[in-house]
Formats: sequence, C-alpha cells, structure tokens
Amino acid sequence: MATPKDKVLQMRRGAVMRLFESKFQNPTRITVGSATCENAAGAGAVYDAFAELLSKPGAPKVALGRVGCTGRCDLEPVVSVIAQGHIPVKYVKVTPARAEKIVEQHIRGGKIVDEFTMRHVANLPMTGKVVGVCGGMHCRQGQGIREAFLRGVEEQGLKEQVAVTTSACFGLCERGPNAFVYPDGVLYQKLTPEKVAKIVEKHLKGDRPVAECAWGGKRIANRFLPLYGDEAFFGKQLRLTLRNCGVIDPESLDEYVAVEGYDALARVLTEMSPKQVVDAVVKSGLRGRGGGGFPTGTKWQFAASQKADQKYMVCNADEGDPGAFMDRSTIEGDPHTILEGLMIGGYAIGANQGYVYIRAEYPLAIKRLERAIADARAAGLLGRNILGSKFDFDIELRLGAGAFVCGEETALLKSIEGSRGMPRPRPPFPTTAGLWGKPTVINNVETLANVPVVIIDGPEWFASLGTAKSKGTKVFSLAGKVNNTGLVEVPMGTTLREVVYDVGGGIKGGKAFKAVQTGGPAGGCMPAAALDTPVDYDSLAAAGSIMGSGGMIVMDEDTCMVDVARFFLEFTQDESCGKCTPCREGTKRMLEMLERITKGQGQEGDVEKLLRLADTVKKASLCGLGQAAPNPVISTIKHFRDEYDAHIREKKCPAGVCASLVTYSVIPENCTGCTACARKCPVKCIDGAPKKAHVIDQEQCIRCGQCLAACKFDAILRK
Amino acid sequence: MTAQEEKVTTLAELPEPIARFIDETRDRPNADSYLVAVLQMIQKHFGYLPAGALNTVSQKMQIPAAKVTGVATFYHFFTFVPKGKHTVSVCMGTACYVKGAGILVDRLKDLLGIRQIGHASKDGQFTLEVARCVGACALAPVLIVDDKVYANVRPDELPKILSKYGFKPKAE
Repeated sequence: MATPKDKVLQMRRGAVMRLFESKFQNPTRITVGSATCENAAGAGAVYDAFAELLSKPGAPKVALGRVGCTGRCDLEPVVSVIAQGHIPVKYVKVTPARAEKIVEQHIRGGKIVDEFTMRHVANLPMTGKVVGVCGGMHCRQGQGIREAFLRGVEEQGLKEQVAVTTSACFGLCERGPNAFVYPDGVLYQKLTPEKVAKIVEKHLKGDRPVAECAWGGKRIANRFLPLYGDEAFFGKQLRLTLRNCGVIDPESLDEYVAVEGYDALARVLTEMSPKQVVDAVVKSGLRGRGGGGFPTGTKWQFAASQKADQKYMVCNADEGDPGAFMDRSTIEGDPHTILEGLMIGGYAIGANQGYVYIRAEYPLAIKRLERAIADARAAGLLGRNILGSKFDFDIELRLGAGAFVCGEETALLKSIEGSRGMPRPRPPFPTTAGLWGKPTVINNVETLANVPVVIIDGPEWFASLGTAKSKGTKVFSLAGKVNNTGLVEVPMGTTLREVVYDVGGGIKGGKAFKAVQTGGPAGGCMPAAALDTPVDYDSLAAAGSIMGSGGMIVMDEDTCMVDVARFFLEFTQDESCGKCTPCREGTKRMLEMLERITKGQGQEGDVEKLLRLADTVKKASLCGLGQAAPNPVISTIKHFRDEYDAHIREKKCPAGVCASLVTYSVIPENCTGCTACARKCPVKCIDGAPKKAHVIDQEQCIRCGQCLAACKFDAILRK
Repeated sequence: MTAQEEKVTTLAELPEPIARFIDETRDRPNADSYLVAVLQMIQKHFGYLPAGALNTVSQKMQIPAAKVTGVATFYHFFTFVPKGKHTVSVCMGTACYVKGAGILVDRLKDLLGIRQIGHASKDGQFTLEVARCVGACALAPVLIVDDKVYANVRPDELPKILSKYGFKPKAE
C-alpha cells in the first residue's frame, strides 16, 4: 500500500512535470513581487503591464508569475528576470514604463537594462562572481579562509571580477569552513588554504568548479541564495522561516510541493509516532516566536499528555504590534507552510481541528490562506484520512475584529469562541483548558513555519544554529529611519549592530542613530550603547527590552523619546480591555503624565511618579498586555533620562518633535521674501513685504509647521 | 435619521447571504462562535452595524441581545455610525508615526472639516479613520483610501490624492 510519503513523492513528480511544462521549459521567467506592500508600491499595475506586453502577437515566450515578499521593501516593486544560463537579474522600483523597456531591451534584445537593476540602484559592486565565506561561529575560528580567498583573488588579478564577502552561517557547521560561489551556486566544504588556492585558480579564474571540494547535498535554507545577488542585504541573513518567500508563487500548491512542501508532513505520518514528533521539537530547542519564547516542544508535551475527546491547534496570526509585518509577509509569501506546521502539531498532540486566527486588516493574507486551504483539501492533504494515514485534520479561519488584546492567548481563545476578547487568569493554561475548555496549543505563525524545517533537516541541525538558549533564526521587520527597510531573517545571536548597519545599511540621510525599538508596545528602546547586544530572548530581556514578535524600528536624532513613550502608552491605553484595574487605570494615568510632560507642563518628580506607577502596573496586571505596557516608559527613562529632564526643567524638546515646545522662526539671511509661508499660515501671523525677510509673531503662532513645509529656501528654523 | 437607517431598523430579514450563512452554520458545533463573523458580514454590507440588524442577529442566532451588543462594542472594527462614501484611514503604526502620520491626520481633519476621528465629513463623502498598523511599515507613512494603499505620503500630496475621490479643495 502506498504510504503518505509515496503519495507526496508522487504528487511532487506531477507538480514538477506541470511546472516544467508551464514554466521551466520557457527560456525566460519573470516574477513580480506581490505582497501587500509591493501592491501598494504599484506591483499590480506592473504585473498587468508585463502581461499585456507579453501577450502581444510576436512577443517573446516568457513565463510570467507572482511571488511573495521579496524582502527589499524600500526598493519595491521588485521584478526578477531569470533566464536559462544567465545570472538572475533583479529590477527594482519597476513601473509600467520601465516594464516596457525591460521587455524591449532585455527580453528581446538580450541586453540588461543596467540603470534599473538592483546592483545599480543599491550601488552594489559590479562583479562577475561573489564568494560568500561563511561567517558562522564554527567557520570563523582562525582558519584564515577569507584571507586566503582575498590573497588568491589578488594574486590572480581577479579583483575586478570577483568580490569576497562574509556570509551568514550556512548551517553546515559539521562540514565547515564553507564558502559559496555566486552565481554558480557551488558550495565548497571543509576548506583549507590549499583548497582555496585551487578553487581560485580553477573555478574563479578558469570557470570550472572544483568538484572534489564541492558539497553535493542541499539544505532548504540555501535554495534562497542563488536567486539573490544582493549580498549586502542578504549576506548576513539565513532564511528558514522565509525559505520560500519571494521564491515560489504563494497561490500555487504545485510550487510548494515542488520545493519539498508537505514532505515533513508525509514523513511524520509515515515514520514517526506522535511522541517522536514532540520529542523532535523538544530536541530542536525551538521557542515561541510570538515574543514570549516559551519552548514549543514543552507546550506540545503538555497538550499531548492531556486526556480529552477533543483537542485543538491554533495559529496566532493576530499580528497587532505596530511596526510588525513578519507574519503577514510569511503568510502572503508561503501560506502552505503554516498549514503544514499546524497539521504536524495536530498529529503530535492528538488534535483534529485547527484554527488560524488572523487580523481582518490583512485581506491579501486571508485570501491566500483561503486558497491554500481549499487547494490542500482538494489534494487530500487536509480533511479526513489525510494521505491515507487515518489522520483527520481540518483548518478553519477566524478573523479578528481589531482588538490588540486578542493577541494574548486567553483573549484570543475567547474571541474565537465568539465572545468579547478578554483575557483570563492562568492557570489553567490553554494546554489544559483552552477552546471550549479543551486542551489547546496556540503557536505563532513563525513558530509553525519552523516546524517543517525541524522535521526535514532534523532537530540536531536546527539546534546547532543560534545561541545556547535561543535556537534557529528570527525574522524581523526592519523599518523606521534605516536605509534598507524590509523583511529580515538572521540567526539568533546576530548583534543589533549587524542588523541595523550591515543588513539595514545604516541610518537614512547619514543622521545619528538614537535608538532601536524592539518588541512593539511591550518592548523597549535600546540606545547606541546597547547596539552590540546579541539578538536572542535572554540578552534582549537583560538589556531591558524583549524579543517580541519581531518589529524592529530604528530611530534617529529627530525622534523624541518622550513622545515615543507617549505614543506607545496611547496605544496600550486605548487597547486595554478594561477588565483589570491596574492596566485600565494605570495606563491612563501614565499617559496623562506623559502628555503633560510633552506639553511642557511637567513637574519635578514626575519621572519618579511614572516609575512607581509603572512598577505597579507591571506587577499587578492580569495579562501580558498590562504587564508589558510600562516597558516603553521604563526603558526610555532608563536610557534617555536627559530628554525627560529637558522637557520638564527647560521646557524644551531636544529633537524638536513635541509641538507645544517647538518654536518656528525665520532665518533672515535665507529668506528671499517669496511670501509662500505667509500665504500658507492659517492664523496669518507671518509678517513681511514681498522680497523682504519675513517675521513670525511668536504670540500668535499655533506651531502647526506649515511654514516649514512651504519654505523652499530653508529659511524657517524649527527649534 | 436617514432614509436608509429607517429602512434598516424595521428590517425583519437580514440580507440573503448573511441569513444563509447563519442557517448553514447553525448545526455546526459551537455555532455561536460565528457571531463575530456574522457581524463582520453585516458591517461589510451596510458600512456600519444598524441597531435593527443586531436584534435580528440575536433572534436568528439565539444569542442574548446583551451579548451581541457586548461583542459589537468590544471590537474597534465595528462602528454604529453610518460611514461616508469613502473611508480615509491613516496608519498610526510606529513606523508611520515616527515618519509623520500625526501631521497627516491633522491636515486631513483640516481639509475635510472633520473634528472627530471616525466621523464623516458634512457632505457625507469621506470618513476619517486612524488604522492600526497595516503592516506596510517600510512604506511609511501610509494612507488607505477605501482599499487602495498610498505609500510615502507627504502632507502636501493630500489634496491631490483626495481629489481622485471627488474632493474639491477650498479656494485659498
């Protein structure tokens, strides 16, 4: 009888055949990014433009497709042209007009439109080959491999054609030191300086890979590398959760199956008992990626050990932290992974019903999940008797309705049950009494996306990544005042500095770094002095912030930290469900104090009062929302006390943000008397004849800042 | 009370697809857990939750009216005031806020003559809302008009964006 493994294998053969016919036999493929943010940047129009151009009579034969988030948000829409035997070319900030030129010049004429490429726009070196030497802990240890490559390249006179960089850990530590040659896709293992010399001569110069040093196996994480030539951004990343994002078409089950999709499920159903699955997850050291960092295996163990007629698996996709978009991007880019993770969890704990609780604000992610569920069901991967294994499992979507507190697990369960989403005290924990009183496991999107990786690549390998207590990788949505905004996945233990400066490319406009905010409204702001903190659960907690779900917002000198604290408090105060007094009243009073301070009405002793109240709210609140709400206040006071003092004592906002404490004045030397500001001023408090320097009447000024926006000559000073 | 509201308060039957959904889910286990989904459908249909429709839901789903109201008032997504023809939402996520979303809100209030968030302009054309993070942080600040997302919005672009939806700026 065919086992589930045989069935998935058969499915894969069919999928690959179909893809080959529809896609890969075309000499050229074009993929257009199509996540929510790409669509906002105009990806839809670009896709339509390509579709129209390529459907014209006599148009070249090209397979056009969509992929999920390509990670490089600031350069969207991103379009890749993958031609057989050529380096994949990525075009950035594509418009319909640019699409026309790409088709004309590149597809028809065979000449890359250089000025639209990522290398050109992002100012990357123009080289033929890139050698990425593994920068992981094991490979780095004094082997001098990178130096050997640099020396060899220099000696052979290849400096113009070959770039040598440091790359993220490939996760092949047992065969290290490793290096990867792009775009040929060759991974070299167990390198010595002698082997390097040979590789430089034969491969980098002679273009013939050295077979005896090359690694033949493949890790799913590495599939990503050949597709991206963007070393600066992706060099330090390691993509496990996002292994398929930006690579496959998220609306195609075939594409997912073709890249080892549902392999983990088949393996689990064929070869492993539920207990073995739980043990594997325990051994991997995987911890909850929603922010809490609770060991996933332990959670599964608790639920598996319960005796009940019904158990549930829930995926928490209620990504409510402002500034976080990891889960949305993961679902939009690779929805089947989440379903596969849920099913494996269901098998492990003995549940046959799963729910995905997702925000109504994510329509595209919802659409793609619905499609994935329908496709999986039609293919016999979901429903009764999955793959002939007698394992039943089904998944239903439940939409949130805009309540941040529903990200808290007990509140989330209430919301799925159709009630007001209010938390309750624990214990009992949901693994004992969850949905409708039955044992329930709630895992975050990213956690579930890691489960197939743990099964396919083995818990030992997974546990070899990261730090002693935090295994694997973490996805961050990097945003704010940083050059490369985007979706980033780095191994645990990477420092904040590496994320902000290497992956993020530093601060926008060359301004000074002030703080990086992690963990959303429950997290904290970390100053420049904390930049060398490694990203893992325990180090971030020790530094006064939290890992959180993965929002990472960079702030520069123009951000007022008191205002940031006020912003987060306004958020948590508004989102407090009102059930327990410390959170309901405490957040409100803290917000009032912060508002007073930002209006210049702060008094000596306010900071101490804030800290005292923060401590009470932290200790006495019922759920995570209230317990974490004071974190932004505490961390900004700890690291940026001087800014609070400036607001309270000098009635000044050093960053020039707090409207009541800012003044606008005209710099007479720069003013040309164009009258633009005077015409915009809503209270008509700007005086001056045309072509003469203007003056702002400070008494009447309402500090709206419209004069600053209107001035074209930098003649308005904001202080 | 507008004509539409009048019609709705005396409405005995819910719109057909919603009534059908309630019938379909009635026999499933834990059927009352579909309450939030039903309210979402009603809001989508009318643009807000009319009081009459809530009573009908209570009767049809056999859930006490107090609970229906409790749920409806708990979630930010639901509103009880009719919306303008177009909904303008400013994302107030951290990244957008740091990049000046607050200024966008103030300008929009000015332009549309709306005093309170969640209310409609006098001509009934626009409702101004602030959205929770829409997750397009890399494009901050973002503005959402109906379903279309505008990225990297500057305050001086607002009149131009709104004019696509029939907004006529006041003469200066």
